[in-house]
Amino acid sequence: MQEIEKTLRSRCAELINNGTCDKVIAWDRGEFFYDNSPATFACADCAQKLVYDCFCGANLSKYLIQYAKEGKTAVLLKPCDTYSFNQLLTEHRISRENIYVIGVGCDGMVDIDKIRAMGIKGITAVKEDGEDLVVSTLYGEKTVKKADCLLEKCVSCKSKKHYVFDELIPEADGEDVKENGRFDMVEKLEAMTAEERFEFWQEQLSKCIRCNACRNACPACTCRKCVFDNPHSGVASKANADSFEEKMFHIVRAFHVAGRCTDCGECSRVCPQNIPLHLLNRKFIKEINEFYGEYQAGETADQRGPLVNYTTEDAEPTAVSDRGDN
Amino acid sequence: MAEEHICTCHANDYIDPLLPQAAVVTNVRTDTPDVKTFRVVGKDGGICFDHMPGQCAMLTLPGVGEAMFSITSSPTNTEYKEFSIKRCGVLTDALHAMEEGQEIGIRGPYGKPFPVETAFKGQNLLFIAGGIGIAPLRSVINYVRDNRQNYGHVDVLYGSRSANDLVDYKEMCDEWMKEEDFNVYLTIDREQEGWDGHVGFVPAYLKELAFKPDCTAIICGPPIMIKFVLAALIEMGFSKTQVYTTLELKMKCGVGKCGRCNIGSKYVCKDGPVFRCDEIEELPNEY
Amino acid sequence: MKKLAVKDLNKFFDAISADQLLYMPLEKGGSVNYGIYSRGDKYDPTVLHTVKSVKDVFFPQCESMASFVTAGKKFEVAPIAPVDQSFTVFGVRACDVRGMEALDKVFLSDPVDSYYAARRAHGTVISVACSAPEETCFCTAFGIDPTNPGADIQAVIAGEDILFSANTEKGIALLDKVADLLSDTDDSAADDAKASIKEILNKLPLADIDLSAWGEGKTEELFDRPEWDELCKSCLGCGTCTYVCPTCQCYDIRDYKVGDKTTRYRCWDSCMYSDFTMAAHGTNRPDKKQRFRQRFMHKLVYFPDRYGMFSCVGCGRCVAKCPVSMNIVKVIKAMGGKNNG
Repeated sequence: MQEIEKTLRSRCAELINNGTCDKVIAWDRGEFFYDNSPATFACADCAQKLVYDCFCGANLSKYLIQYAKEGKTAVLLKPCDTYSFNQLLTEHRISRENIYVIGVGCDGMVDIDKIRAMGIKGITAVKEDGEDLVVSTLYGEKTVKKADCLLEKCVSCKSKKHYVFDELIPEADGEDVKENGRFDMVEKLEAMTAEERFEFWQEQLSKCIRCNACRNACPACTCRKCVFDNPHSGVASKANADSFEEKMFHIVRAFHVAGRCTDCGECSRVCPQNIPLHLLNRKFIKEINEFYGEYQAGETADQRGPLVNYTTEDAEPTAVSDRGDN
Repeated sequence: MAEEHICTCHANDYIDPLLPQAAVVTNVRTDTPDVKTFRVVGKDGGICFDHMPGQCAMLTLPGVGEAMFSITSSPTNTEYKEFSIKRCGVLTDALHAMEEGQEIGIRGPYGKPFPVETAFKGQNLLFIAGGIGIAPLRSVINYVRDNRQNYGHVDVLYGSRSANDLVDYKEMCDEWMKEEDFNVYLTIDREQEGWDGHVGFVPAYLKELAFKPDCTAIICGPPIMIKFVLAALIEMGFSKTQVYTTLELKMKCGVGKCGRCNIGSKYVCKDGPVFRCDEIEELPNEY
Repeated sequence: MKKLAVKDLNKFFDAISADQLLYMPLEKGGSVNYGIYSRGDKYDPTVLHTVKSVKDVFFPQCESMASFVTAGKKFEVAPIAPVDQSFTVFGVRACDVRGMEALDKVFLSDPVDSYYAARRAHGTVISVACSAPEETCFCTAFGIDPTNPGADIQAVIAGEDILFSANTEKGIALLDKVADLLSDTDDSAADDAKASIKEILNKLPLADIDLSAWGEGKTEELFDRPEWDELCKSCLGCGTCTYVCPTCQCYDIRDYKVGDKTTRYRCWDSCMYSDFTMAAHGTNRPDKKQRFRQRFMHKLVYFPDRYGMFSCVGCGRCVAKCPVSMNIVKVIKAMGGKNNG
């Protein structure tokens, strides 16, 4: 990763200097080693400060809506982020000609909460050492396997291949990950009785604090005025007035991004209560695959999603009841 | 400024100051195409609570919501309270759809009033209002009319988009214009058939009228009007300590706690809405 | 000072909760938040922070204030009375105790918020010293001593024991109630535990954060600083920081209508939300920068101006939870101060 970071810094400085772009959207160092923030770098010297390590989980594509309106913007996209980028292009939220995409290689991003959940406290630094992470803490040093601490979206990574880019760093691109187990947990939930499943979601969704982090981070949630913020909608609210509302918010959101969600996993990554929100979206993806054939939102920028593309072969509404779901 | 107001309206029961009491709309008057004036009386026939000019009240329509409105009637009116309300959102749409006899929720009074019993006493007064900005000033003006001996000469300069948009036009013609030592100047933005009065924006008319800075000016209107009127007044020799205005921001609690009308260390609902212009200068330049 | 074996804590909880509600940090669905204790629930002393602070107990995220019953043109208000039963809160950390002081300034100032005041009056708070502070902690920068967390009763875990000392009448009364379970111990019994916590406190990476650029009267200096433009860029405009914050007290009042019955409730609100100041005629904070600036200026300048204290307590929740790690520490440091390089 350190090699990539070095190359990225000099290449971004070069791109600013030669006028390819006037700014780069990348990640900036935080207070510690795990809290990188998305940031814009608008000069060659500033670009020397950009960071690329295993704590760059944030998907930068959504920032382009606001910050790539003017001038030419370069952006660093991991393979999974490129789907979001394509989807934003499809929905005309960003203009391809304003943006220079640097596809960055990724071998999985780390979830600091998973390290904390191992009982490791007071983390002041994390260093990658081959397949291990060396974690410095206020209470001494610990070594953990990186594979045990990956973000949920990386555990079930669907591709190491960039679906859109102007250049790649490093130059060799990765491959799709065929056996990614993305739907394992969805299948487990499907196998539950309706009561068990309800209990699972009740427990999870009742933790929701309606902070809207999932919505605001989601690259598919790009409505100018969200229905939940719109006083005219009749459903605007900032708290879950009852247990129906706490579910309604997430279910409405999942329906709204169905067919457009690229499964980038940001919703679950940003949730302060660690609600596995991505499972709702994956259920939709799985259903779409079953009823309409394999479909990956954001694989290209010019495809029509099955839910917005009527064909005479479309599944009938009775298909669900015919299947005999509980 | 007047003493800080302490809410005593619910002193005798445990109802939180955030909860409204039920009141009845006894009269609805259509002032302009988008302004109606509502007369509100407590369910027991009283005025719900006492107030001073410039203070506000929260009005509730159940299921629709609640918002802050300035009280248009003068405290000297002991029969009812009046609210002149411009239709511009979800709640005001619903309020405009009300008929006489409709019961609503009311709580208040909120905010610091105009210093009618202190700084304004014995002063000549110049009221400058634009559009629905007349609503809070009407309370002061009628208070001054009912305590005429306490104040000097009064000038009212009021402007609106058109003649049809002049709120309280009838009261101005029938009552204000007949007061002694009391001048009313009206203006509308654009020429209009049947209007033989002044045409032009309020700040320009203000300069034309060339008031001497021997009075206290009280401004209320859209922010852009306030800005230019204030500049004109300074140009005319007024000092900022002679000028009062009211700020309007989104409010929910009315008691300086919910946070939304916060500007710097002030809460407009509690520390305002009335501010002397030199006090506004101490606030951050945008909110 | 009173002593109880940590392994007997559940007896203590059972005794307290026999005739009143006991709130404490409880795990649910993988996250720890304040919840109501029921027999058998486990307290995990290794969890430093709940996701939502103790604010949620005294000023709940969502609380009903009244129901409105309408029939035709008629309208009745049926107020929902504030809490009138005693309750206890266990496991509050020193930062959250200070957070309650900030909330007191707001809700107990005239006019008193009767819902909050009733909870404060009926609630007995047992704080617990922080055995293992996290790297995100910077409460000491605000003069907070996590080994002496204050509140009605303060507890320190020392080896196998938990040691209680009462600070108030309410605290003495509660310890009396469970006196059977407790034994007397020397006041110095907690000293070793406190000393080892203090050793860690000295190593906290954020402890020496310099707040000198902030505080009363700094509005003019800070309001137009160019740093705001960059700082706000990564902010998602979500409410995470405000909702996990022990002192953020902004709220909304809303109606929830089902048929003829309307419930008026209030709920936490966030100055980070684009509709926070949205009035029918528009908003005075149309840009993210203005909203972002408002939150930090309010905590670190306006609140000190008005109430004489910072409304940040250094709990580090926003540091740990901000989805893009754009937190108050970065903002404090960005505006200067000699240790903040």
